[in-house]
This record gives sequence, C-alpha cells and structure tokens, in this order.
Amino acid sequence: MEVLLCIAAGMLFTVGTYLILAKSLLRIALGTSLISHGVHLLLLTMAGVKRGAPPLLGEEAQAYTDPLPQALILTSIVISFGVTSFFFVLAYRAYKELGTDDMEQLRGQGDE
Amino acid sequence: MSNLVIMPLLVPLVTAVLLIFFHKRLRAQRILGAVSALINIAVALGLVLHVRGNGIATLQLGGWAPPQGIVFVADMFAALLVLTTAIVGACCLFFAFFTIGEPRERHYFYPFFHFLLVGVIGSFLTGDIFNLFVCFEVMLIASYALIVLGGTKRQLRESIKYLLINIVSSALFVTAVAYLYGTLGTLNMADLSMRVAEAGQDGLLTLLSVLLLLVFGLKAGLLLFFWLPGSYSAPPPAVAAVFAGLLTKVGVYAIIRVFTLIFYHDQAVTHVLIGVLAAITMSAGVIGAIAYRDVHRILIYNIVAAVGFMAFGLAVASREALEGATFYLLHDMLVKALLFLLGGALIAGAGTSRLAEMGGLIRRFPLLGWLLLVAALALVGVPPTSGFVGKLLIVQGGLAEGWYWITGISLASSLLMLYSMMKLFMAAFWGEEPLHRPPSASRVPTGVYWPIGALTVLVLALGVGAQWAMPYVAMAADALTDPQIYIDAVMKE
Repeated sequence: MEVLLCIAAGMLFTVGTYLILAKSLLRIALGTSLISHGVHLLLLTMAGVKRGAPPLLGEEAQAYTDPLPQALILTSIVISFGVTSFFFVLAYRAYKELGTDDMEQLRGQGDE
Repeated sequence: MSNLVIMPLLVPLVTAVLLIFFHKRLRAQRILGAVSALINIAVALGLVLHVRGNGIATLQLGGWAPPQGIVFVADMFAALLVLTTAIVGACCLFFAFFTIGEPRERHYFYPFFHFLLVGVIGSFLTGDIFNLFVCFEVMLIASYALIVLGGTKRQLRESIKYLLINIVSSALFVTAVAYLYGTLGTLNMADLSMRVAEAGQDGLLTLLSVLLLLVFGLKAGLLLFFWLPGSYSAPPPAVAAVFAGLLTKVGVYAIIRVFTLIFYHDQAVTHVLIGVLAAITMSAGVIGAIAYRDVHRILIYNIVAAVGFMAFGLAVASREALEGATFYLLHDMLVKALLFLLGGALIAGAGTSRLAEMGGLIRRFPLLGWLLLVAALALVGVPPTSGFVGKLLIVQGGLAEGWYWITGISLASSLLMLYSMMKLFMAAFWGEEPLHRPPSASRVPTGVYWPIGALTVLVLALGVGAQWAMPYVAMAADALTDPQIYIDAVMKE
C-alpha cells in the first residue's frame, strides 16, 4: 500500500513541478496546490498505513492508527489553504494591475 | 521552568491582535506599537540575564513532558538572537513611523509588523521541528503581506516570485519533516538528536540533513539566493530593513541549530558541503555587490555575502569558529538593518537609487553620510566596530582547522565588500551634485536619525565592548559545541 501511495505522491510532485515551470500564472498556482497535495499524501504515507481503528478512544479497538501525522497534515492543510488563497488573490490583482499573466513579461529589470 | 521563555513571543502577539481592532486610529497604533516594542526589549534582556544566571531555560507547553508535548527552549544562542530581534524590530518600527506613509498605516501595517516579529522570535525559541515550520509560516505570511502592502506594480510583480519560491520551500520543509518522522518517529529536536546518536547517522539520515539544508538554504539565501535581489528591492525601506535584518538570519539560525544539534555525526559530508556552499555564496555575493551601481542591489548582495561568512563559521565547526559565527550573526542582524535604514534615507533624500544620478550629497546630508561610512566600516569589520571580532574568530578557526582556501576567499571577499561600500559612499556623497536633481528628491525627516543613531551606537558598542559580550557568546557556543547540554536541559526527568 505504501508503495502505491509513494508512487501517487511522486506523480503529484512531478505534475506540480511541470506546472510551476509553465508560463501562465494560473498554471503555476495550480502546480503549487498539487505539490501541497503530494506533500500531505507523503506525510500520511511516511507514518505507515497500517490497519487500525480511527484514533477515537470511544472505538475501544486493539490498535489505532497513528494520530500525530493526521494532526500535522491538518495544520499543514490550513496553512497551505491560507497561502493558496492569498496567492490567487495576488495573481488576480497582478493581472488587473499589470495586464498580463505571462511570467516572461513579469520579468522586470528593476529599473522603473 | 519559567513562563519568561515564552514572553518575548507573547508580547508582540497580543499587541498584534489588539492593533487589529483600531487600525484607523494611527496615533493609538503608533503609541501601542512603540510601547510594546520597548517592553519586548526589556523582556528579551530579562531572558538573556535569566539564561546567564540559571543556564538553559525550558518551558513545556501545557505541562506535557518533551517528546510528547511542544517545548520552548531558550539557550543563550536563542536568547541573544531574540534580544537582537527585539532591538532591530523596535528600530525599524520607529523608522516606519516617519517613512511608511498614511495609506499603508491604515491598512494594518503595524499588526503585520508585529506578527512578523512573532514568527521570527517563535522560530528562535521553539524546540520542535514541526513547530519551527509553523513559526516559519507565521513569519512568511506576515512577510508576504508586508512585501505587497501598497500594491505598486513592482511590489506585485516581485511578491509573486517571493511567494512562489517560499511555497515551494515550505512544501520541501514538510517533506523533510515527513521523512524525519518516518525514519525516527519523533519531532522534538532534542529527542531527534538522541535518536540520531543511537541509530548512527547513516546515508539516509545524511540525505535528509541535506534536504533540510536545501530548505533552510532557500530561506537564508545560502547559494539559492536567486529570489533575493528582486524581492528585497520591492518593499519600502522600513520593511526591507526588517527583512534584511531578520528573515534570512532565521534560515541561518535553523541551519546552525540543525547541524550542531541533530546532524553533527557525518561532518566529512555535510560540513564540507556547507563549506563549499559558503565559499560559492561569498564569492557570488561580492561579485554582485561590485557589479551593480544601484543602492538596493549593493546592499542586497552584501546580505548574501554575509550569509556565506556565517555558513563558513558553521562548516569549520570548531569552538572558536562557532563563537565567531554567533558573534557575526548578532553583528550582522544589527548592521544589515542599519544599512538598509540608511539606504532608505539616502534614496529618499536623493530621489533615486542609481549611483550615476547621485553625487555631492555630503553637503545636503552630512550626518547621513558619516553614519553611512561608519556602518560600511562596521559591515566590513574594521577593528573598533562590531564586525571585526566575529570575522577574526571565524578566520582563526578556519586557519586552525586547515580550511585555507575558503579562509582566503573569505578575506578576499571582505576586501571586495569594502570596495563595494566605498564605491557607494564615494559616488553618492563626494563630487558635485548633478545638474538635474531628480524631481522626487526630498528632505530626510529628522526623526529617522533616532533609530539609525541607536543602531549605530549599538554596533560601535558591540565592537568596543566585545570583552563584555564574549562571556554570553561563549555560553552560546558551549551549547552549540556540546549538544548534550541542550539535550539534558530539555529532557531532564
């Protein structure tokens, strides 16, 4: 199971990297969200995907899944959600002000 | 066990939350911000003295014992950095009062500023690697807001790049945390160090340490500084100064912490790699600094070169070099903030950032000129100023451990740093004023000389009073050279 999940995370990283290297700003923003999906999947996988009850004490099971990585992922999800929404608004504002979403034209020589 | 450890973090946090409620009342914003900044300096000073008297102070949040709970650790290294952060933050805040302008102040400038301090101080004090990630994000998100606040075209363009590079490096940080948790099963730094020592640092762990080096190198501008010149020239001077003084230094701190506390077993690979990166960073930084004839660019590339110096001190890893790196880190935070404040005042006064359009400013701004000369000499490390002691210790350590090539590079880059700063000084202040003064040229508000003067006095005092500062630096280096001191303090019972 871990191997499959690792391959899936690897594919998310690959596609995310490809999109970040694209020219259009929207593709770059999508690429960053794909990479954060890959990271969260990796975090879940690295802690081990063993069979066990959900980490709720009311379940009274023999074994539970590890609760720590789930807390880490939850933290990381809200952080990347905040950053992603900021990124989208920034991209929108930049498109309004600068009139382009082409990263080649956003290069700038620092001399204006 | 003392709540004093978390106070330097709580003071700006509470201030920032309070400031949100009355963001339109500028006078109240300024007074509250200033009072909080001064209180925080006092609190941080108290923390330094407490650590000096009682050894490393720890605070278990919620009373949970270390490997389970989050622990805040103030060893001397972190405490000194917190004090320096509080001082730099206060000076940049006072500078902002005179320069930042009303529109930005109305749009939550002061809350963001204090949140930035929360993130930086939290990163210095935490003893948990995931908590370090969270503090990084607090710092970075506040910095995204500060870099784009105002919304000029240039800020928008540069902040897209700054945001993107930091999103990628944060994703890599979480990846590294995932691997660390997968292999070692813990996130507490002291516990990680113990487990690495037990298991032995094999190839996988060394690979992980290099991944962390990549992440922190991106934040610190160690070799991977391609994002830095554009981003730091976009925001207004008060913000650029706080970025230059604090943000990259958090990355440097994280590198030093990780490679002295956790991954210190396989120095033949990791520390040699850091040394090579340091040599390239120093060379590239000074090449940039002498290549440009623009105030922003010269100062920014000097940040890069200084990061190389600190990384070199870490790479040598002898006691002397670590003392030097600590001293240099403290000095560099002060002097970089000072230089960016001076640079901001200079650009405001001359109305341009290009050296070709400046000249003869010593007649209009004599005080600014001489202060800039003092700051430039301090940056390079001319003896009575603070840059000297740190560099001397790093160079001595490098020679004692046989790192001759890199020591040579570091001395040569000091010379080129001096050249770049003197080029700036002579082009801006000597000679004749150009016939057509740029229309945006203006007077420099006299109030900005207060924070600039305070930082100058500190930079000189740190150099002249190195004898008094050294016991503190030596105590910081104790814990850096012997991780067991840190582990014992965190893991007691």
